[in-house]
Amino acid sequence: MNSPFFKTTAILFFLVFMVSPCAFSGEVEVLHWWTSGGEAKSVSVLKDLLEKEGHTWQDMAVAGGAGANAMTVLKSRAVSGNPPTAAQVKGPQIQQWGDEGVLTNLDDVAMAANWDKLLPSVVADVMKYKGHYVAVPVNVHKINWMWVNPEVFKKSGAKIPTTWAEFETAAKKIKAAGFIPVGWGGQNWQEATVWESIVLGVGGAAFYRKALIDADPDALGSATMVKCFDTLRMVLGYIDKDAPGRDWNLATSMVIQGKAGMQFMGDWAKGEFKAAGKNFGTDYIAMPVPETSSGYLFNVDSFIMFNVKDAGAKEAQKAMARLIMEPKFQEVFNVNKGSIPCRLGMSRNPFDFPAIYSFDTFEATAAAGTLLPSMAHEMAVYPAIRGAMFDVVTSFCNSSMSSQKAAKNLATEVKSAI
Amino acid sequence: MTSITHTTSVPKRSLFDHIENLLPKIVLAPTLVAGLVFVYGFILWTAVLSFTKSRLLPKYEFVGLYQYLKLFTNDRWWVASKNLLIFGSLFVVICILLGLLLAILLDQRIRIEGAIRTIYLYPMALSFIVTGTAWKWILNPSLGFERLIRQLGFENFSFDWLVNSDMSIYTVVIAGVWQSSGFVMALFLAGLRGIDDTIIKAAQVDGASLPRIYWRIIIPSLRPVFFSAVIILSHIAIKSFDLVMVLTRGGPGYSSDLPATFMYAFAFTRSRLAFGAASAMVMFGAVMAVIIPYLYSELRVKRNE
Repeated sequence: MNSPFFKTTAILFFLVFMVSPCAFSGEVEVLHWWTSGGEAKSVSVLKDLLEKEGHTWQDMAVAGGAGANAMTVLKSRAVSGNPPTAAQVKGPQIQQWGDEGVLTNLDDVAMAANWDKLLPSVVADVMKYKGHYVAVPVNVHKINWMWVNPEVFKKSGAKIPTTWAEFETAAKKIKAAGFIPVGWGGQNWQEATVWESIVLGVGGAAFYRKALIDADPDALGSATMVKCFDTLRMVLGYIDKDAPGRDWNLATSMVIQGKAGMQFMGDWAKGEFKAAGKNFGTDYIAMPVPETSSGYLFNVDSFIMFNVKDAGAKEAQKAMARLIMEPKFQEVFNVNKGSIPCRLGMSRNPFDFPAIYSFDTFEATAAAGTLLPSMAHEMAVYPAIRGAMFDVVTSFCNSSMSSQKAAKNLATEVKSAI
Repeated sequence: MTSITHTTSVPKRSLFDHIENLLPKIVLAPTLVAGLVFVYGFILWTAVLSFTKSRLLPKYEFVGLYQYLKLFTNDRWWVASKNLLIFGSLFVVICILLGLLLAILLDQRIRIEGAIRTIYLYPMALSFIVTGTAWKWILNPSLGFERLIRQLGFENFSFDWLVNSDMSIYTVVIAGVWQSSGFVMALFLAGLRGIDDTIIKAAQVDGASLPRIYWRIIIPSLRPVFFSAVIILSHIAIKSFDLVMVLTRGGPGYSSDLPATFMYAFAFTRSRLAFGAASAMVMFGAVMAVIIPYLYSELRVKRNE
């Protein structure tokens, strides 16, 4: 056992397996699921910025399943005691990772750049675990958008609606003119996206907070919720029958091609219109979902930072956190991705119109207290509760369930998921 | 008696004999260990997890049957279980009937049998992902079959199972049967070819009609083939996940959910690890409840013969 051969092999093995992750100081390993064209380009901006400061970036992109695959990888790495430096995790799941005691404290970075002032407090709260920053926000998507093809409205003689009553009259006309009023994607998250916008509009911000953020069973089973489901049922009368399972971008292309009049979808739908060479204002219009013009449902992507031992990696991690919040990254990233910066008070020059409108409402609603986290996009409640809400909403959309029963089911299912 | 041979043989054994004796054990040991750990070990771990409160990651706070009670009050779980029952029984029965029929027809010494056999067997070479995608397009009312028939002039024709909550699980059966019945046909064909011709000839001499020969002699003698077919098909049915994921994504709503997709959704995308583990254990129990009596009865029959 003491032969020189054994020693060398042992040392070699040690070098290869133990030392190498720490040997290059200042490396960040980043787990994310931004793999499609525009997204990957956006991420590489951060990579370049970090490399300029002398750190190395190890990309760990896990595609597929809207992040579900990446989360599985993250869990198995965390269980085996070898988490990456940073991972794309958002919303209340940040709290769950905080409970596991694996996150690092970013308060010094946040203090130095004064994040508390730069971020709306409702966004900052999501990034904190027990009052300490453990995550960095990257972008803001607005959920409660309605994408309209004005041509279809003109041909049908309908007026673009701002209330659900107006929506019904307009939808009737569009249907009578032979178009599909609403381009609908029958997947649970899309159904929930429309539903939560309806809850915000019909129930108001306070009700939304109670029902979809606090998950209060009384609010979920209330008469107001029954009214929300009634509205959803009314909207469902204006979709085509092939909607089940349809992807969101196919629903968007129905609007682009003038087969459907409108679609309720977050601001990423803009990318589809742009890719099709359509001009904002003439070929398509973006409006808030009826009755939600004074509210803003947000989806903020963020990176959580794990406890790392290596000093170099720690430094690179802090640099990454700092760079993400700096105006330069916020601007370039969000122009590429079609979202807006989560940092308040940034220049609007490089952004296009829907984004500028999103800027204005973001800041206005942050001040008014109607800036609210989106339930459908994992910002408001734990995944278990979100899943229970999804189940009820999707089974409501795909059956003839009554609104009363849906509200009652919602309360019991959510109670049992807590 | 064994002890006597043992004591007498030990001094005579050389090193080579020892190695020869141990070699199979050494060679098989890693597989055995891997099997023990990765199959039985993980079944055990899942069982343990199902009694805990684990959410995002495993946590060993035991709560007894809590997760099982929640599972049995969950609407979606019952939809998934009912679907498995519908899908599993229809899939197995139709595959076997269709496979047997095709095999009997092919066994009539027809021309270009080889080519036909290959055509029927070919779907088996595809993965369920491909099958699912293709059938998704075929069954989509605005793209596939319904549109085709309507374009042929039957304006009122309607075939919307894929987007109909009550019928969506049957589309999974259609795609599954299309994929697997050719394989069952090949199994039965091999079985038919193995039957001794003289028995059939003897029956013909006795004046038995052809359907009677099939019903009384040939099909009963295919019993071992039925056995393999049932085992293979039922495990395909129970583990089927990819087909549903691609074809209907469990939809519309969750109307075509199966226990496997249910388990995945709750354990991995909804951070309810223990709840998912409980559903996995119930699935495991159900499989055992079906397979063990069947294996037992089949293997006992063989021993008696």
